[in-house]
Amino acid sequence: METTVFLVSAVIVLAGALGVILARNPVHSALMLVMTLFGVAVLFVAQEAHFLAAVQVIVYAGAIVVLFLFVIMLLGVDRAEDLEREPLGGQRPAAAVVAVIGLGFIVVLGVRAAQVSLGARSVHGELDGPGSNIEKLAEALFTDYVFAFEATSVLLVIAVIGAVLLARKPRDPRPARHFKGEPAERGEDR
Amino acid sequence: MSVEPSWYLVLSAMLFTIGALGLLVRRNPLVMFMCVELMLNAVNLTFVTFARMLNDIGGQVVVFFVLVVAAAEVVVGLGIIVAILRRRPGATADDIALLKG
Repeated sequence: METTVFLVSAVIVLAGALGVILARNPVHSALMLVMTLFGVAVLFVAQEAHFLAAVQVIVYAGAIVVLFLFVIMLLGVDRAEDLEREPLGGQRPAAAVVAVIGLGFIVVLGVRAAQVSLGARSVHGELDGPGSNIEKLAEALFTDYVFAFEATSVLLVIAVIGAVLLARKPRDPRPARHFKGEPAERGEDR
Repeated sequence: MSVEPSWYLVLSAMLFTIGALGLLVRRNPLVMFMCVELMLNAVNLTFVTFARMLNDIGGQVVVFFVLVVAAAEVVVGLGIIVAILRRRPGATADDIALLKG
């Protein structure tokens, strides 16, 4: 049963990931990204990380991909991109070589780490202890990691302020440098 | 045949590599951003796998923080992309080379 779940969701994850990098249209990339994120959520459930699976679907597939699609539609960049043209000669073969070498390196590292099983066991609480997954997660989060948790709230506030400052249209940044006869819209964008 | 933890690690290595390859090859800044998300997800999968292997909730807590930081990163990054593409519609990663010597 677990083998079937793993194999099916692995195929979904990898097909979605390849779809993200091979789709010509950014909208298709975003939809393929949803597929990958759902596959990863299924793998989280298979490894008994139920809360993270829910958060993965809500935050990633819900919020982040919708934000991506919103920006794509807002900017009107939902045109197909010509993937045949290669602006930098020889970049794709070089990237493929780097990717294959990197893949081999990470696979060797991962398999080796799975064999020797580095690290101390059950430092922040046992995964198979009493209580549900979310109870154990909350206990670790609000005891050992409480300062990091508070820091993330500061981070989120900073991100909100940064996004507002970056994305709003400046009302009139340099009024003195407008040329005569040039529309104000254009002067703003320079 | 039971699922070994190393299968998950190999899968996340493949996912990470696909994301890195996309980041190197694609030129649309939005698609490059999605590739970064792929790499973040691969690392999340690794953390959850090690949490199960070592029977430790800490790995899952780290994934929680990665999710929060990824959300903040996407918000700021998309803000930057909106600001750039508003000035130069249709710009790719190659066109944004003002700092090139």
